[in-house]
Parts: sequence; C-alpha cells; structure tokens
Amino acid sequence: MAGKAWRSAVRTQKMYRNLSVTLIPGDGIGPEISMAVMKIFDAAKAPIRWEERNVTAIKGPGNRWLIPPEVKESMDKNKIGLKGPLKTPVAEGHPSLNLLLRKTFDLYANVRPCVSIDGYPTPYTDVDLVTIRENTEGEYSGIEHVIVDGVVQSIKLITEHASQRIAEYAFQYAKQNRRSSVTAVHKANIMRMSDGLFLRKCRQAAEKHRDVKFTEMYLDTVCLNMVQDPTQFDVLVMPNLYGDILSDLCAGLVGGLGVTPSGNIGANGVAIFESVHGTAPDIAGRDAANPTALLLSAVMMLRHVGLQHHAERIQTACFRTVRDKKVLTRDLGGNSTCSEFTEAICQRVQDLD
Amino acid sequence: MMLENINSGYKPVFLILCCIQPPPAKYGGRHTVTLIPGDGIGPELLSHVREVFRFSCVPVDFEVVHVNSALETEDDINNAITAIRRNGVALKGNIETKHTMAPSVKSRNNLLRTSLDLYANVMHCQSLPGVQTRHKNIDIIIIRENTEGEYSSLEHENVPGVVESLKIITRNNSLRIAEYAFKLAREKGRHRVTAVHKANIMKLADGLFLQCCREVAAGYPDITFDSMIVDNTTMQLVSKPQQFDVMVMPNLYGNVVSNVCAGLVGGPGLVPGANYGRDYAVFETATRNTGKSIAGKNIANPTAVLLAFISILFLSVCVFDYFILTLDFMLFVQLHTADLGGQGTTSEVVQSVMKIIQSKGQHTSDI
Repeated sequence: MAGKAWRSAVRTQKMYRNLSVTLIPGDGIGPEISMAVMKIFDAAKAPIRWEERNVTAIKGPGNRWLIPPEVKESMDKNKIGLKGPLKTPVAEGHPSLNLLLRKTFDLYANVRPCVSIDGYPTPYTDVDLVTIRENTEGEYSGIEHVIVDGVVQSIKLITEHASQRIAEYAFQYAKQNRRSSVTAVHKANIMRMSDGLFLRKCRQAAEKHRDVKFTEMYLDTVCLNMVQDPTQFDVLVMPNLYGDILSDLCAGLVGGLGVTPSGNIGANGVAIFESVHGTAPDIAGRDAANPTALLLSAVMMLRHVGLQHHAERIQTACFRTVRDKKVLTRDLGGNSTCSEFTEAICQRVQDLD
Repeated sequence: MMLENINSGYKPVFLILCCIQPPPAKYGGRHTVTLIPGDGIGPELLSHVREVFRFSCVPVDFEVVHVNSALETEDDINNAITAIRRNGVALKGNIETKHTMAPSVKSRNNLLRTSLDLYANVMHCQSLPGVQTRHKNIDIIIIRENTEGEYSSLEHENVPGVVESLKIITRNNSLRIAEYAFKLAREKGRHRVTAVHKANIMKLADGLFLQCCREVAAGYPDITFDSMIVDNTTMQLVSKPQQFDVMVMPNLYGNVVSNVCAGLVGGPGLVPGANYGRDYAVFETATRNTGKSIAGKNIANPTAVLLAFISILFLSVCVFDYFILTLDFMLFVQLHTADLGGQGTTSEVVQSVMKIIQSKGQHTSDI
C-alpha cells in the first residue's frame, strides 16, 4: 500500500519537473514573440525549460543541405519544439528550412485548430474545428517533368503507409481531445485511385475507432459548406494540397495567420509547434508584433504533453485580454506594443491563480 | 411584391463571348437544346425549367438524354455527347460518380467536358439583394480551365500501395484559357485579372500556367494582371472578397475557388455556371452538386438552373427582351427555399416565378 502511494508520489513529482523544449525563435519578429511567450509562461509558472537553438541550413556530406547538428541533437533529446517564423530563402541555394525540418523529423501531420476568438470579431462566429493535413506526400512530392516542350506533368503521390498513418492520427487526436467526429476530405470522384486509396485508409481507421463518428465529403462541398456554416465541422483529415488550402481558409475564418496556432507531429514522438505567419520584416525590432499565434501554438504544445491545466490558464488569459480590448497590438485593432500586450496577459494569468 | 424596385444595383450579366457561337439547332423557328437530367436533384429541377419555359411559350424544344450512372459502359454518355454535337447547346444536371465502381469507370461529367473540349468553365458570383450573407458587394468572375490539370484522369499503381496521379499542364491550354479570361474581362469592362496558382511548390506545372498568363497579359495593357497563391486566395476570399474582379486558374483550384465564392453569395442554389468550348456550350449549376440528400423532397432551390437556362436563351435565341426584366423575378420572389432560410418548396417558388412572368403581360399558356 505504502509502496503504491510512494510510486504515485514519484510520478507526480516527475510530472512537475521542468519539461525541456527546444525553442527556435526564427527570423524577423521571431525573437520578439518568442521572448513574449517565454515571459508569459514564466508568469504562469509553466514547468517548461527552454533550450534556444538557431536554424541555419548547412551543407553536409554528399552536398546535401542539413539542419545544424546542435538543433537535431536538441530535438532528438527533447522531442518537443516551438518554432517562430523562418525566412523564405530566395535564390539562396538551399531549400526551405521548414521543408528541411519536415524531412529531418518526418513531420507527417500538420494540425491546425481554428477557434473563433472572442473580442476579435470576424464575419464568422463560433468556429471550432481542427484541420489535420498529411504533410509528407500528395501533390507536394516535388516530382515534375517536362514531357515535351509545352507539356508539364506533376506527380501526386499517395501511399498506403502515409494515408494509414494520418488517418490513425486523426482518430487518435479526436479521441484525446474529445472531439466527436472526423471528416475525410477528398476528390475520389475525379482522382479515383489516389484519393480512393486515401479514403479507404480513413474508412479502415474509422472501423477501429467506432466511438468517433466518421463522414466523407468532397473537397468542393466542404469549401461550399465551410463558408456558409463552419460550425458543422469538427475534425477534418485530408491529403497535402487540400489541407494546405483548407487550413488557410479556416485560418481566414477566425482572423488570419496572426492568430492561428499550428502543430506538426512527427514519427518517434517528435512534435514541433509553430506560428505560420511570416517574419514581418517591416515591423521587426519595433516592439509591434502580435505574439498570439506563437502563444496559442505553445498552448497546443502544453496540451500535447499533458499539461492541460497550464494550457487552459494561459489560453484563457490571452482570450480575456483580447476580449477586454484595452491592450491590443495594431493588427488586432489596438495601439499597444508587443510588450504591453504581453504584460497584460502575464497580469491576467497571475490573476487567474 | 417589390416589382417596381428594379434599380437594385444588381446587374445580371450573361457572360457570353461574342466570338464563341455554337451553331444552335434551329428548325421551323424553334431551337433544340439537349437536356441531361443527371442524378439527385437534377431531374426534378430540370423538369421545373421545362415547365416554366413551356408556360412562357419559349420556342425551345428539349431533346432529353438520360445517362445512367450505374452502368459501367460509356454508351449513355456517348449518346449524350452526340446529342450535344447535334444541337450545339445543352442544359445539364450533375451525373453521380459512384466510387464503388472500378477506377477505370471515369467521371461522366469529366468525359463530357473533355470530349467536347469545353475548355472554359465560367461562373459569375454576385451578391444578390434579398439574400442574407456575411459579405456584401461581391462581384467576381471565375474562369477555370476545364479540361486538364488534376482532372486528367491519369493514375496508376506501379508498386502496390503507392499510387501516382498525374497533373498535366500544357502551354496551349494555359494560353487558351488566359486568352479567354482577358478577352472576357475586356469585353465586360473589368479592370483586373488575378491568376491563382501554387507555383512556389509546383514550380514547373503551375509555373508554366503563370508564365502563359503573363504572356497573354502583355497583350492587354488596359487590364491589370496580378497573381495570388491559392491558399492565400481562399483566406482573402473569406475575409475580403470585394478585392477580387476576374480570376483565372487551373482546374482544381477553380473547383475550390468557385465553391467558396458560391458559398459566399448564398449557396449552390443561386449561381449558374457555363462550360464553353469553341463549338459547344453546356450550362449547369456552378457548383455541380448532385444534391442527393435533398432529392425528391421538393426543397431544392431552382434559381441556379433557371438562370442557367436563361443563359441559353441569350446564347441561342436572343429574342426575349422581356426576359431581361424577368431576371429580376428571381430576386423579388419573396418566397425563398430552405437554403436561403425560407419556408417555400421548389414548386411554390416556381409557381411564383410563373405568376410574375404572367403579370408582365407576356403571352403564356395556362398555369
């Protein structure tokens, strides 16, 4: 008896020891918003220990571009990462760093919860859905050929393995987050074999998770219904391109990329949460950035690792600050600086104790 | 009834380019139009169309061709294609594609479009007075390449569990659709054409499409040309749709954007669509829905199909001036179907339409 109590006490203690997370501040406004998030987490006394790393592509053996070894090491150890916006390389010779990260850690699922923010009104209210997008194949395989002059072929790849993996993840996500339904989005009427395979895998996963409702809907019908009544959707799972389009469409419903969190789930327990907006070089260094997107991504991260209580508090503090409308950054319609907005959230979080 | 209030600002514009003249089948002063009922709500709505226009004594006869989506052979769809070749013009409901069949059984709708080379799918999304929507003052023309791209139906499984689907973009078709878009924009007095693409990822395919659009744009200096990545486009559409004028894009993005826009102006029941080729034109609802879940319940909105048929009248008959006035009938019918938040049935709405036509003093048969 005493042994059991002792074991459970040790476990609780382990949970409250600081969780080490790799932090990649990024470029442009990245460092400022990362600071803001660290401050807020500090105020909320979230048990997170940040390990800051910078990502600059380096050329490895065989002329392949790699992320720096210290980043890989840190991520392999911590498994969990938070990332700010990275500069898109133009004619710099190396591929997109986001793509490099995705390939290095096999980040196969991109998850974007889209929730209407009280106090930041858009024409759409009560949106509460999640898009889960297959992130490794599909239309973004990058396999293109010029067949003859003036005829180009781009290959969309759908594999059984990737489709099964994403479908399985979608149902598990739905279960863990107590969502009631999963909708597979496809165009199997036109792309009979490829989307047909994807759909079959979703159906198979649905069979294994009977407690979650499963529906299928054509991409065009989803788009049509989404802009008329987004409340009818819950969790959506789809291949790469449709996911790209739909996740941005849903972000637009709730206010844009400045307030939308995003998470990338990889194999072997790796997960990188990120803000998906740009680096905003025009406002970098001016204390004008809005840290909401990165903050909400960090909240997603807390939920992912089981720190629901802290996640709830920080999210509530953020939403209440926005709802109050007293201290808001420029893009949210206010006149305050990033630091003032951050301070307001910190105050709020401490008051919630 | 708000019949006097014609000055609503809504100007229905039928997007028929003068350079495309399908030979309308005409005999004894009467035109023949192929009618393909399709599945779902298609048959009931198209029969209402026939009812309205028979009542209005429009000199059009319908050659009805049924396509059975349950059959694996292509005889039915080939008959339909032949009928359209004969008559030049068709009004069509959506034909269901059953996934339970082998992948070799291709979408009948797609077969029809590619066989007749209906390369331009055109849709005009306008905010309608009397229809409650979240966004106002939308007026977007969407031109979608209709024969290639992701809809090439070229798929194979070389290795078990690995499927490849080919997206084909050709210079000829991209130039053709861009040319169509700019010509239409000029003709209709529009100022800006936006090409929608994903050339940052599909560098060769969408890159070629974008390049062709740029080349054509150079020949239309009076029209502003810009481009936008498809995911940003959808985000912009749901926040600020008023910024768009004319949009041109490859097949799949056209599917997404046209459905988003139809949703923005009130739903699939309101917007007609047209598929134009060099020699043939096929009209249908813009979003091509089968509407299986509401079939047979008398609740579908007949507006889109009625407007689609009116497009045919402008194209092949061009005689009915008073039909310009009756376009407004759709707006001032105070009875709305369920999709617009109303209580009316399809039949009731159709009856109201016929009453308005009659009240305009037009020669009609009995209701």
